[in-house]
Amino acid sequence: MFGFSRPQFIAFLAMLALIIVCPFVVYPVFLMRVLCMALFACAFNLMIGYVGLLSFGHAAYFGMGGYVTAWTMKVWHLDASIAILLGGVTGGVLGLCLGYLAIRRSGIYFAMITLALAQMVYFFCLEAPFTGGEDGIQQVPRGHLFGFIDLSNDMTMYAMVACVFLGGFLLIHRIIHSPFGQVLKGIRENEPRATSLGYRTDDYKLIAFVLSTSLTGIAGGTKALVFGIATLTDVNSSTSGEIVLTTLLGGLGTVFGPVMGSVVMVSMENYLAQFGAWVTVTQGVIFMFCVLAFRRGIIGEIGNYLKLKL
Amino acid sequence: MIMIFGIPGPLLFGQLLLGLINGAFYAMLSLGLAVIFGMLNIINFAHGALFMMGAFAAWMLLNYFDIGYFPALILAPLLVGAFGIFLEKTIISRLYKLDHLYGLLLTFGLSLVIEGLFRNGYGSSGMPYRIPSLLQGATDLGFMFMPNYRGWVVLAAFVVCTATWLIIEKTSLGATLRAATENAPLVQAFGVNVPRLITLTYGGGIALAAFAGVLAAPIYSVNPNMGSNFINTVFAVVVIGGMGSILGSIVTGFGLGVIEGLTKVFYPQASATVVFVVMVIILLTRPRGLFGKAA
Amino acid sequence: MNLSRRAITLGGLATAAGTIAPLRSGFGQAKPKLKIGCLTDMSGPYKDLAGPGAAAAVHQALEEFGVAGKGFDVEVVVADHLNKPDVGTTVAREWFDRDGVDLIVEVANSGVALAVASVAKEKNKVYLNTGAATSDLTAAACNANTIHWVYDTYMLAQSTGGAMVKAGGDSWFFITADYAFGKALQRDTTEFVTGANGKVVGSVAYPFPGTTDFSSYLIQAQASGAKVLGMANAGTDTINTIKQAKEFGIKMQLAGLLLFLTDVHSLGLDVAQGIVLTDSFYWDMNDRARAFSDRFSAKVKGVRPTMVQAGVYSSTLHYLKAATAMGIEQAKKDGAATIAQLKAMPTDDDCFGKGSIRVDGRKIHPSYLWEVKKPSESKGPWDYYKPVATTAADKAFRPLDKGGCPLVKA
Repeated sequence: MFGFSRPQFIAFLAMLALIIVCPFVVYPVFLMRVLCMALFACAFNLMIGYVGLLSFGHAAYFGMGGYVTAWTMKVWHLDASIAILLGGVTGGVLGLCLGYLAIRRSGIYFAMITLALAQMVYFFCLEAPFTGGEDGIQQVPRGHLFGFIDLSNDMTMYAMVACVFLGGFLLIHRIIHSPFGQVLKGIRENEPRATSLGYRTDDYKLIAFVLSTSLTGIAGGTKALVFGIATLTDVNSSTSGEIVLTTLLGGLGTVFGPVMGSVVMVSMENYLAQFGAWVTVTQGVIFMFCVLAFRRGIIGEIGNYLKLKL
Repeated sequence: MIMIFGIPGPLLFGQLLLGLINGAFYAMLSLGLAVIFGMLNIINFAHGALFMMGAFAAWMLLNYFDIGYFPALILAPLLVGAFGIFLEKTIISRLYKLDHLYGLLLTFGLSLVIEGLFRNGYGSSGMPYRIPSLLQGATDLGFMFMPNYRGWVVLAAFVVCTATWLIIEKTSLGATLRAATENAPLVQAFGVNVPRLITLTYGGGIALAAFAGVLAAPIYSVNPNMGSNFINTVFAVVVIGGMGSILGSIVTGFGLGVIEGLTKVFYPQASATVVFVVMVIILLTRPRGLFGKAA
Repeated sequence: MNLSRRAITLGGLATAAGTIAPLRSGFGQAKPKLKIGCLTDMSGPYKDLAGPGAAAAVHQALEEFGVAGKGFDVEVVVADHLNKPDVGTTVAREWFDRDGVDLIVEVANSGVALAVASVAKEKNKVYLNTGAATSDLTAAACNANTIHWVYDTYMLAQSTGGAMVKAGGDSWFFITADYAFGKALQRDTTEFVTGANGKVVGSVAYPFPGTTDFSSYLIQAQASGAKVLGMANAGTDTINTIKQAKEFGIKMQLAGLLLFLTDVHSLGLDVAQGIVLTDSFYWDMNDRARAFSDRFSAKVKGVRPTMVQAGVYSSTLHYLKAATAMGIEQAKKDGAATIAQLKAMPTDDDCFGKGSIRVDGRKIHPSYLWEVKKPSESKGPWDYYKPVATTAADKAFRPLDKGGCPLVKA
């Protein structure tokens, strides 16, 4: 179903059960953060795990999506669903423009170019009046969903965020297990061969990029609504680095890896925030450890141990 | 006062000089990156952090051991270079068999660790490092006013960059290095100890960064963020110049510094983005960079 | 066989995830307990002027108030907002919602400060800000749960700007950090300069953060011919501007619109000498301040308190007095009522002396203009300032009717 294998389906059900049960024992705002990050990581994973391109500046789309959603909610008082969709559209359009430039190269070059382009977006956000610069866009109302569901209640908001996450998650999964996804995997494995078969690989990569950035924009917009704030942190390079770490830690190219990664990362940040710069050091250490000895990531290692593809 | 484009002469030439100085740092840092990338195929994201370590080494030498600026110019690169060699032997060498991207990620993680540790140890507001008395003061050149230390920075950077370029392009050691980049097993078959060469190259690239750090210490506060402030721009410089091209990094580094300086006069708000705008233009028109080899 | 292996692993993962994640709390206490949260910058550019020193100041206030004998407990939690409004909001929310925190103090960083103010209002708790600069906290963004304690951009502008013009600095050039704080500081200072018949010859805004080289802006400043260089920035930026001004032999007088004792310490007297700045507290300014600072330095070795840290002490002390006066349970239940109590009582402590709190949440006390000593004038470390002028409390801050705060009834 949905292209899940049997063990994956069981894992999916487990995840679904956790999503439903957790808000009653765990602080919902924390969970909402996890879910937004998880969606971000899943969208990011689409690029690195299935297309094989490391985008080192994905925060640009996350942050811009957040800004647009925040601004439209605060100034135009749109419906929450439309605001979030606009965030996604922003991510997509930006992804189209920047992706068009970046796709010309691959591998490390692609990573560095995306990083530099994201820096440009960061500086733009710094200067542009609507983003509020250092202060960000604050006091964003949660508003209403579909006109009648009031989102200021944490539990109702959580339900919406969970639906957005699940929708995005399943959409990504569907993309991967479609003919389009097969072509992407082919491109990742051997691009010249794919080209020789007649596929316009650049177009495929660009489309995948736009899909990835659109979903990232949705994640960013949702997060802006949850916390009522959109700031420069969401577009800066350390957020880009964090999402790479999150996905790497969880397991690149796995289905549930990004979700697991964000659970661990957000929990760790939550716990370590009281210790100041140790967050940065710990993130660095985990990064290095993962690259050297733990490349499959948590879910990857588990999958390897259980001889499953998770 | 001479007026050029409505800007007073001292202002314009002053900005050009400052642009050259900035460019000097870009050139030295991207040179180190280019050397390391050319030889090891590793994008050394930790370059900014090691640049910062060079500045801190100079500061520590002064404050803990009473060793002044000029000895520090030699000692700090040696010390940090040795640290770089240690890193290479223990951590970086494990990356050669892996995909290049892991190198990027590992060095990124390394930069986080180094910067975080220094931030924990030394806070973020920066520590003073005085300009050495020999280089203090300024010279009035008539058409502009030049602080002696800044002039020294441009000179030193230019000398070091040229020396590095000469070593790599014109000496037999450089030839061996370049050969080892093309075909390591073959060079090893000739009896050259390639792993040691690689280690020393990494150390050399790091030493360059540390040297730049010592030069930077009197100009900027010695603080843990000084590397990350530079590194993103330096990456853009490397992309523009062409990855792995030594000449490309030197020329582009200085050139972009000048462009940035000029932007500061005419339109300051854009001065941080102008490098990236140039990068976009280059990507559209000549993706391999100004001096790069075709992909 | 395989299935149970997977099931166990997945189940194990779920439990592990559950234990890392924070739980909702809701347990009752025997003795009433106040919980104070010190949200500050523990690792960034403001670490030295606020940071751990601010946390220590909270504890000092508790000890000197004598909590032990008063029949209630106080717990202190500390967190780093990393200079990010979203981190600050998250921590504030969690503290108020989940951890039962009643009061948040400190918050150096204007962006974070504004964000926390709206959370405090939403949750009806108490928020005493000491570290942020923006005068908006008592203007458009004011609310019934927030008090702005130590200083703001208006106070800085009024004191440094106005005084410098009076002292002969009648032409200004600004170097401004291009974001809300810098712009506000420039705007407020310009008003005073022009109001005192001075003029602003020009200004340049630089990208923030990330700019470390100010030489080109300094060259422009020098070329403008202005007498005073107004530095509308803070922290590392100001330090760099000053160092580079010295290097370029800039002859203008440097006005440090926001400069802290720790910045001067960082710069060193030979570079910083002659700079004029405004602080509402200096450790050596009178006997009471000296006594407080000695007590502070006994705990936080090797440093002297900045005005932000003094403010944390002062505000916490006043809060404890107010909470005891109205009853702890009542104070915990209703933040707005507690703030009203704080406003109703005049303040008196060793740091700021006697003062009061206005209806828009602005604490009033005199502001002082200082000049940094020459190395020969200084008797030892931290002996850095000599007094230049004083502005009385009623003139030091923006007039009540000018801010646009909805709490001020016309």
